[in-house]
Amino acid sequence: MPYYESVFITRPDITAAQVEALTESFTTITSENGGSVTKNEYWGLKTLTYRIKKNRKGHYSLLNLDAPPAAVKELERNMLINEDILRFMTIRVDELEAEPSIMMRNKGARDDRPRRDDRDDRPRRDDRDKEDVRPVAAPVAAPIAAVDDGSGPSVAVADDVPNNVDNKGADS
Amino acid sequence: MKGRRPFFRRPKSCPFSGPDAPKIDYKDTKLLQRYISERGKIVPRRITTVSAKKQRELARAIKRARNLALLPFVLD
Repeated sequence: MPYYESVFITRPDITAAQVEALTESFTTITSENGGSVTKNEYWGLKTLTYRIKKNRKGHYSLLNLDAPPAAVKELERNMLINEDILRFMTIRVDELEAEPSIMMRNKGARDDRPRRDDRDDRPRRDDRDKEDVRPVAAPVAAPIAAVDDGSGPSVAVADDVPNNVDNKGADS
Repeated sequence: MKGRRPFFRRPKSCPFSGPDAPKIDYKDTKLLQRYISERGKIVPRRITTVSAKKQRELARAIKRARNLALLPFVLD
């Protein structure tokens, strides 16, 4: 049977126990249709990044399923009917992870995002400059710079593209 | 701004390739957040040096996370 991961978000004004009961009922629906729930996780009441049906928060739950497609269809039909469920998503995965997912692992350590400015997804300006200055003597570096300027704007433009992508996107 | 070699290319490598690369997962919002701009847009791979294959995977994960309100569609 194929594997699925199903995440659903429930209304914030129901209790965690009610979410638990909901998870229970989905588990029975799955088993009635010949599938099984290998793992269920409750991620807790999390803040939504945008409002869904006027709600700012929601209870997140995850189900790992080993079930036939018909069971998933029945499960999703029930989720659609249930008014406590704000949103759900079931995706097929190649394998189910047995250990707790990243959400559960990060739950304890909530405050590990103070460093904002050192993004490692862009090349750093300062260490590039260092590379250029150190090994090559200053008089050698100068003529190269001159060539760079002389060779026309094409090189300079190509170099600068990564730095102002957002502006370009706004223009066009 | 001086002395930059005209055709200098720093060696690029994809952050998702290699032995201890992180797995792209729509649940890992902390990882995905690094690949969206301040506005909430997906950062092009020419900036992040993610390989084409992984960028497709990444885009899919970000879109899934957006649907589950784990990541924003727009930020301002």
